[in-house]
Amino acid sequence: MPDSQTSTMAATHAHNPALLHHFATEEQQRDSANLGMWIFLATEVMFFGGLFCAYLIYRRLYFGDFAAASKSIDAALGGTNTAVLICSSLTVVLAIWAAQTARRTLLISMLVLTMLFGCVFLGIKAKEYKDKFDEHHVPGATFSFEHEQVPNAPEGVYANPRHAQIFFALYFIMTGLHALHMIVGLGIFSWLLWMSWKGRFTPEYHTPLEIGGLYWHFVDIVWIYLFPLLYLIDRHA
Amino acid sequence: MATSTVQPVEREDYLNKEYGVGSWLLTTDHKRIALLYLIAITFFFFVGGFFALLIRLELLTPAGDLVQADTYNKLFSMHGMVMVFFFLIPSIPAVLGNFLVPMMIGAKDLAFPKINLLSWYLYIIGGIMMTHCILTGGVDTGWTFYTPFSTAFSNTKVIEAGLAIFINGFSSILTGLNFVVTIHRMRAPGMTWSRLPLFIWAHYATSIIQILGTPVIAITLVLVVAERALHLGIFDPKLGGDPLLFQHLFWFYSHPAVYIMILPSMGVVTEIIACFSRKRIFGYSFVAMSSVAIAVFGFLVWAHHMFVAGISVYAALVFSLLSYSVAVPSAVKVFNWTATLYKGSIHYDAPMLYAFGFLGLFTIGGLTGLFLAALGINVHVTDTYFVIAHFHYIMVGGALMGYLGGLHFWWPKISGRLYPEGWARLAALIVFVGFNLTFFPQFVLGYIGMPRRYYDYSHMPEFQVLNVLSTAGATILGIGYLLPMIYFLWSMRYGKPAPDNPWNAAGLEWMTQSPPTTFNFPEEPVVTWEAYNYEEIDAGHKQEVHVAR
Amino acid sequence: MFNNFPLWPDRASSAAGNVDALFIFLIIVSGLMTALIFTAVIYFAARYRHRKGVLAEQIEGSTPLEITWTIIPLGVFMVIFLWGAIVYFKSRTPPRDSSEVYVVAKQWMWKLEHAEGQREINELHVPVGRDIKLIMTSQDVIHSFFVPAFRMKQDVLPGRYTIAWFRATKPGTYHLFCAEYCGTQHSGMIGDIVVMDPAQYEAWMSGSPNGPLSATGEKIFAELGCVTCHRSDTQGRGPSLQGVFGKPVLLQDGRTVTADENYVRESILDPGAKVVNGFKPVMPTFQGIVSEEQLNALVAYVKSLSPAGQTGGQTANPAMIAPGNNPAPVTTHGSGKASSKGSKVQ
Repeated sequence: MPDSQTSTMAATHAHNPALLHHFATEEQQRDSANLGMWIFLATEVMFFGGLFCAYLIYRRLYFGDFAAASKSIDAALGGTNTAVLICSSLTVVLAIWAAQTARRTLLISMLVLTMLFGCVFLGIKAKEYKDKFDEHHVPGATFSFEHEQVPNAPEGVYANPRHAQIFFALYFIMTGLHALHMIVGLGIFSWLLWMSWKGRFTPEYHTPLEIGGLYWHFVDIVWIYLFPLLYLIDRHA
Repeated sequence: MATSTVQPVEREDYLNKEYGVGSWLLTTDHKRIALLYLIAITFFFFVGGFFALLIRLELLTPAGDLVQADTYNKLFSMHGMVMVFFFLIPSIPAVLGNFLVPMMIGAKDLAFPKINLLSWYLYIIGGIMMTHCILTGGVDTGWTFYTPFSTAFSNTKVIEAGLAIFINGFSSILTGLNFVVTIHRMRAPGMTWSRLPLFIWAHYATSIIQILGTPVIAITLVLVVAERALHLGIFDPKLGGDPLLFQHLFWFYSHPAVYIMILPSMGVVTEIIACFSRKRIFGYSFVAMSSVAIAVFGFLVWAHHMFVAGISVYAALVFSLLSYSVAVPSAVKVFNWTATLYKGSIHYDAPMLYAFGFLGLFTIGGLTGLFLAALGINVHVTDTYFVIAHFHYIMVGGALMGYLGGLHFWWPKISGRLYPEGWARLAALIVFVGFNLTFFPQFVLGYIGMPRRYYDYSHMPEFQVLNVLSTAGATILGIGYLLPMIYFLWSMRYGKPAPDNPWNAAGLEWMTQSPPTTFNFPEEPVVTWEAYNYEEIDAGHKQEVHVAR
Repeated sequence: MFNNFPLWPDRASSAAGNVDALFIFLIIVSGLMTALIFTAVIYFAARYRHRKGVLAEQIEGSTPLEITWTIIPLGVFMVIFLWGAIVYFKSRTPPRDSSEVYVVAKQWMWKLEHAEGQREINELHVPVGRDIKLIMTSQDVIHSFFVPAFRMKQDVLPGRYTIAWFRATKPGTYHLFCAEYCGTQHSGMIGDIVVMDPAQYEAWMSGSPNGPLSATGEKIFAELGCVTCHRSDTQGRGPSLQGVFGKPVLLQDGRTVTADENYVRESILDPGAKVVNGFKPVMPTFQGIVSEEQLNALVAYVKSLSPAGQTGGQTANPAMIAPGNNPAPVTTHGSGKASSKGSKVQ
């Protein structure tokens, strides 16, 4: 192995202070961080996957009831949220580009914008939850879903309230977990914002931005699956 | 054998580098974290073992006269939960894996030392919650949490237990994540994949399972907790749900989980057999590939726990067929280990005795898996003591023997002390005898029809003799487990100081101090040799100190 | 304690011998394998024990050997799989002319009702040599009906029926256990299967005060008003139930399902789930109004309206049920050979 690659503790200390002790090179550190985040996202896929699995099974079993329940959640709000999140992923990408090209102002403003979009998302979600609460669609003692016509079925075919309740239970758990991940994302981005403000990121080192961005994109993708699955069942033109 | 040279001055190592509770509780040194885990899981081992003792005592007599029915139900439930989640699943990866993985690949630490510490804290938080749950009433759903009993009928602390395990699961996930990144990215120069010790391959495969499987039980527990707390109907037929959905989700993790428990142990046994036969493992690449195959196939067989649960006949056929596929790599490993002994130069040190014990018990346990995978037989023996015997052979006879063997093998490295060899060999023997006496009668008990989770068999007194044998064995087994606890502790103060490589073993971890320094290697090693280079070692090319006897 | 020390369960059903044969085969295979490994390990450990000056011989491996000891076990495993699958298939396929017993499990007892009307608690009397089909459901949590002497076990689920069957071959009294943990008195949810000579069984049966289950069902059918919509002519708001049981049913959404016990049960408890083609979804639900026992009686009654139902099996005759079609009892399905793929009637 060439001597330049051999790392003694003295040599590495001379490099970027962001290089951690146990890594031999910055490249190794950056690659490890990236691989670590990808693996973490794989675990998140499996986590949401179990939920999606339960959802798909019940949707197949109780399609009409699920369609009726789906009609009662606001696709316009959901669609808006989808657009909001997609925009926020754009701002994340721009933030990373800004870091790569040493544009501090752009970096900070893109991070702020991302978080703003995140807050808008959560705000719209809160409105949706409130609507469900008002309509007594929250599972539990106050749940009521009587005489709701199943879409695209003959007149008088009503949804089974027990099955609709399963839809809403899954709706709240899936979107709730997603919202929780968004909140964590906001926390992460606050920290990234603070780090950016203090000038910790350079074109050579902005790994936390990259892996934070990966996480944010993942949360976005989960929503992109959630939206059509939950909001758009059997909605014809 | 020549005695070791005297250690002149106390060298700095990871144990004496810093003192104080803070230096331990805020450590990021993988070796210290391994010891933190060792203490914690040993505690839970004895908690779970205590429950087992009470269970076996109750089953001495047909009548349910030691404890009440509800108490017994809590005992077996908590025995299972504690042993599976708080002992077996972390055991080898969190203790031996944490300690050895970086050293075996020539690294200074794991990829994410702080996340490693976080793993331990998550384990502790989950453990505290579990302990609190136990102390304030316990849970009686069985470790399997079947619905709708757990969600709508049990009157015990299901939510707390579920949350405790949920949090503990993240400890497992993060450990797996850490190992995979470490093995991919932090191997020393020259440490190619085909030069990795098979212990590393085993932990790599285990980590894949931890990463992909554990999140599924996490979400399942979330659903159970939500259902119970909010009276939802996801698993309750009265509200439109399906109890079988729970079982599918549960077993999707819990079957691969058993491979989390056994694969690391197989890795340990491989290292031990190679060292004490003084030769390279027979069929290195086949053993490595078998580990990966077990991890992959392990995800495809979960519904073999559900053959009588109400799944369709055709689903049952598919899962039975797949279950036989996962048996093949395990068999291949057993053959390879046996073949390694051929023309070896075999030593009978305590670690090797544990490895022999593993070979015997894992073989029997694995073979009884064939019985269970056979649909026609499964119908009769599922939910009976036959299953209990099967999985204890693998988990205790297999995983735990491997764990103990590994602890003994690497003890000199971990503690810088030698354990008393005579006592260790005795303990290994006691464990082997006690284990067989405890669990072999249970195969018979299961076939003649004793169901699981029964505390009273007064209408079936014909079950008593076998139960008495089993309890007698359990007592012996308990002694076998207490002994190492005692002499390991003893050795930390009074044991002979260990040389750096008491076994003349191959592997980078042995080229460090005993105990190692905080950063393991003074200089990054450069690997130019294959794994298990015992030929070189025994031909005297390496400077090694011989074992002190 | 030492008087009764069995090492093998009683063999009291037609399936028991098959299961035992496979078990013994597995014991032999495992025994051989264990002996092989143990002998090899012990022999090698002794023969190649460390001797001063003798080095180990480094052997990398042997691909032919690896392939051999992969293929051979795989082959053996496939044999075991096939044998097990055959035994299983037989044990899961009730013969066509089975007598039926409805089982309702609840914490912590077994309630059984013969189709002929006898009710039992924690006991099941059956005659030797007759095929008995159990139609089981649970009132609360999951239980499991386990009779070791018959090598029979089937989980009993809330919300649906599960089926099991056996043919007792030896008179005697055999243990019945609940084999799925179900709470406090799980250990106490046990009973007896009493297998009697046919003559004794007839005597026992005639002592029952209840009429056949289907007659009970007919009464409930009238009491609950089912008969007002489900008329035996085709003028009712609901489909006629004559000859329905055991046949495929075309639903309004285009699916076709078989009218088995679970279908009938679901139609009563959740009528909107599967609406028959050509009918309006106006049937009210009887969830909470009928007990499990009443459901069983109703199912038995609907079965009795169909020749296939009367003999207890299912057919695959594609007679379709639709409004305006007056399905007289079907005669074209032959002498009762089950035609579903792969099943063989014992």
